[in-house]
Amino acid sequence: MEAIGTVLLAMLAGSLRVSTPFLFVSLGECLTEKSGRINLGNEGVLVLGAMVAYATSYETGSPWAGVAAAAVSGLLLGGIHGAICSLARVNDVAMGIAIMLAGTGIAFFFGKPYVQPSATLLSGIPFGFWSDNAQVRNALSVCPLFLLGIAAAVALHWCFNATRVGLRVRIVGDSQDAALALGLPIDRTRFLATACGSALAGIGGAFLSLYYPGSWNEGLSSGQGLMAVALVVFSRWNPINCIYASLLFGAAGALGPSLQTVGITWGYYLFYAAPYIFTLVVLIITARGGKSLRGMPGQLSIGR
Amino acid sequence: MKPPNPTSLSRRRLLRGTAGAAGLAAIGLTSEQARAAKDLTVGFIYVGPKDDYGYNQAHAEAAAMVKKMPGIKVVEEEKVPETDDVSKTMESMIKLDGATLLFPTSFGYFDPYVLKMATKYKDIQFRHCGGLWTNKDPMNAGSYFGYIGMCQYLNGIAAAHATKTKKLGFIAAKPIPQVLINVNSFALGARSVDPTITTSVIFTGEWSMPVKEAEATNSLIGQGIDVVTCHVDGPKVIMETAERRGIYTCGYHADQSKLAPKGYLTGAEWNWITVYKQFIADAQGGKPIPNFTRGGLAEGFVKMSPFGPALSEAGRKNVTAVKAEIMKGGYSVFKGPLKDNKGNVVVPAGKAYPETAIELESCNYLVDGVVGSTS
Amino acid sequence: MSTTATLTTAPASAPVQATDRWYPLRRTTESLLAPAAALAAAALLFSVFLLFLGASPADFLDLVWRGAFGSWFSLQNTVQRAAPLLLTALCVAIPGQLGLVIIGGEAAVVLGGLAATVAALPLLNTSPIIVWAAMAVAGSAMGAFWIGISGWLRARLNVNEVIASLVLSYIGLALFNHLVEGLLRDPASLNKPSTYGIGDGNMLDTVPWLDVHPGLPVGILACLICWVLIYRSSFGFASRVTGGNIRAAQLQGLPVTKLILLACAIGGGCAGLAGAIEVAAEYGRANASLNAGYGYTGILIAFLARFNPLAIMPMAILLGGLGAAGGLLQRRMGLPDATIQVLQGLIFVSILASDTLYGRFRWFQPRGGA
Repeated sequence: MEAIGTVLLAMLAGSLRVSTPFLFVSLGECLTEKSGRINLGNEGVLVLGAMVAYATSYETGSPWAGVAAAAVSGLLLGGIHGAICSLARVNDVAMGIAIMLAGTGIAFFFGKPYVQPSATLLSGIPFGFWSDNAQVRNALSVCPLFLLGIAAAVALHWCFNATRVGLRVRIVGDSQDAALALGLPIDRTRFLATACGSALAGIGGAFLSLYYPGSWNEGLSSGQGLMAVALVVFSRWNPINCIYASLLFGAAGALGPSLQTVGITWGYYLFYAAPYIFTLVVLIITARGGKSLRGMPGQLSIGR
Repeated sequence: MKPPNPTSLSRRRLLRGTAGAAGLAAIGLTSEQARAAKDLTVGFIYVGPKDDYGYNQAHAEAAAMVKKMPGIKVVEEEKVPETDDVSKTMESMIKLDGATLLFPTSFGYFDPYVLKMATKYKDIQFRHCGGLWTNKDPMNAGSYFGYIGMCQYLNGIAAAHATKTKKLGFIAAKPIPQVLINVNSFALGARSVDPTITTSVIFTGEWSMPVKEAEATNSLIGQGIDVVTCHVDGPKVIMETAERRGIYTCGYHADQSKLAPKGYLTGAEWNWITVYKQFIADAQGGKPIPNFTRGGLAEGFVKMSPFGPALSEAGRKNVTAVKAEIMKGGYSVFKGPLKDNKGNVVVPAGKAYPETAIELESCNYLVDGVVGSTS
Repeated sequence: MSTTATLTTAPASAPVQATDRWYPLRRTTESLLAPAAALAAAALLFSVFLLFLGASPADFLDLVWRGAFGSWFSLQNTVQRAAPLLLTALCVAIPGQLGLVIIGGEAAVVLGGLAATVAALPLLNTSPIIVWAAMAVAGSAMGAFWIGISGWLRARLNVNEVIASLVLSYIGLALFNHLVEGLLRDPASLNKPSTYGIGDGNMLDTVPWLDVHPGLPVGILACLICWVLIYRSSFGFASRVTGGNIRAAQLQGLPVTKLILLACAIGGGCAGLAGAIEVAAEYGRANASLNAGYGYTGILIAFLARFNPLAIMPMAILLGGLGAAGGLLQRRMGLPDATIQVLQGLIFVSILASDTLYGRFRWFQPRGGA
């Protein structure tokens, strides 16, 4: 019984620790997909953002400068994706894979000199200041980026539902004909949505290198950027749901190590795969054969 | 001429006209190589990045020292996977760079890649890090490896002096003998100081997976563990995470004290330059390079990191004293009666396995006091 | 009836005007020139990158040439690396005809290799031919099954195949590791957990005289067969018609579900076969070495080849050559291993962007008739 409690607690703590990059990338992906385009390149953006953030923080001594630089690097890489996909006949899924490759390549290339040095990291906000217990204090030390991510989710949700800009993005994403009829600039909207979405993904990368695990190396991302695409599907293109999806995914990821700390070592590979099994099950349960998913932007290439 | 053993060399390769490779007493240098002895080209191949603060860095640091030796040209390639890619890298170093002495440093390079290349290029010397060579294998190949378990034992002693919760953590890649010996040695070291201490082990399943390693560290800390060590290729993230959470660390592979200036107690390090210096001197002097060499602390193949500020005076004394005992040789960590954590006797009473014991090569248990299981 | 109706809607098969007999030739020229221009652009961009770093593009080119093609050894090295990629690229290219993007080939390779080993183990004392046949069948069946799951989820439940195949590849790798290090492990494989071996007598030899990987002839053959399948069979025709717009094809009465399942099974079968060949030719047993990233590189090649099985061959050679030259670049120019990845990224981006060139130039378009 006690073991179950320990595991659940560890999963909760783990989900708070690892969910932030998922949150940022899925929000960015959500924005891009709302405009009718998909960007698998956010995996590359995440890695590049992590490297740029770490390098900038090391050079300037300011982790927040690092976060800003990561966002800018995402904006640029996403901008390239957005611009090239505006050309006729270019496949956005394939271009995403290309951007992923190029982004990680550039990050690894320029990141070599930053593997060894230690940069200044972001510090958590100590919500546990009232407690004398180190465990509690640690559990309640929250990364400011996590709060920023939640704020971004709320802002994005509000933006889609209550502002002209949000409405335009949704129209462009839902129906090219309607957008044309209204005279909306389709390519420009998608370009901006992709670039801004990638800027968010870049911040997710900054979290990886500047907060948790808080280090730059080539194995830093284990596919978080790609999995974000799946998270967007099961959060039904709703930014608020992205928060829950990221937290759940993070909790599933903490299952493997926390089971082992209570002595359950059997089948650890399978437990480590828990987040993916969980994702697959959710996809299957929520699938609606033959019809498109509720909330899915009509122009999305993966829906056709 | 005695034919090579068919179990280690495939028959088909043998039929291709390479018979007798092992029979040739070609361990020395051919006349052509002797002439070029002034200018020896040595190739180092790493499975991961050279600056991983771990396994590959330990080799690369030694390679950097080799580079400064007169008459030596060093060629290096990092991140070479344990696939046919490594045969091609070896071949490329031989054919395009003129390397005559190769150090493929990753364990998984040996079978079949080093064996294949050693059969194909009989004039080239291959020395593989991992202790896998047997006298049935080609004579121009060979193995070197270090017994690092004793260092993990000393790590355990240091950890026992630092822990307050009496719970230690070990983050391991895979439950294979090499790793299990380290886990067990660490736990035994700690229990030699205080038998109530437990060591929790987490297997990540991968040699290098920083996010999982950080998560494992946090999970352990969540259980009240206050000293952590590891056996993964790059311990950087583990050391940094532990330092940030304010717990103690014992290093592995290379010196990681810079990553955890406050909590670093000591560490188990490779000292490969000992091996490389000897091999290269042999090659330059036209002497045969040993085919099989293994050594521990006493032989200088491994070493301990300097003590960190967090280790108490009593701890330092204890570690230093035991280390002196080990340096005398013949020291055994695995002494009977010893039970595994399921209650089975693994070392019968009256028996003792020193680090060179063949019984340890197939170690597949976790000793009493380790929390976790091997499958 | 419905197929004639779709004929005009399918972009790839627009009817050629009978009066323009040079059009096929010009179309081929266009499909050769566009990627060539893209390659040139990537080379130019990369040269700028090198100059910016203070390295010489000429040295770079020279080393790539010497490392990848310049000598018999280098050429062998390149071809060796390309061999397994032919089959894994088909795993993406065949479903790609239907507009599906399958990115889970890696799991099909490792599970195919594992299944092949397991199938071979009870037959070791028969004859190598029987062992190889069993391995090929088991490997491809396993690959077909694994990629088939993604196809089935797409066809029946409309679960997006990009995500399904990605998630399934993580799950497949976990399953592989779990089995190799658990149930199927040879207890004697101490420090590198592996299954039992198939034995030296049952290993596939390299191609006589050429000394290259036996996967090469198999891969070439598979590419040729798949080309015939796609461009000369009714399955291929229906697939290409479906390509890009599954719903429209459904409306037109094409058996889309069957097509998807078949395409995914053929593609997965190719990847599984690649795993079986790796075991039979290289490792002799299934272990972590199988997880070498061939499945991922196959994705790049398939896209570079625009899903055309014939074009897969030169593209696999191109990527194999870059891989072969990578080591030399590290050693001679002191460039980090990621250099090749940057170059690959640039090539990939510019070749995909060059898709936009098709149809831009009038000279290549059908003429006359009107």
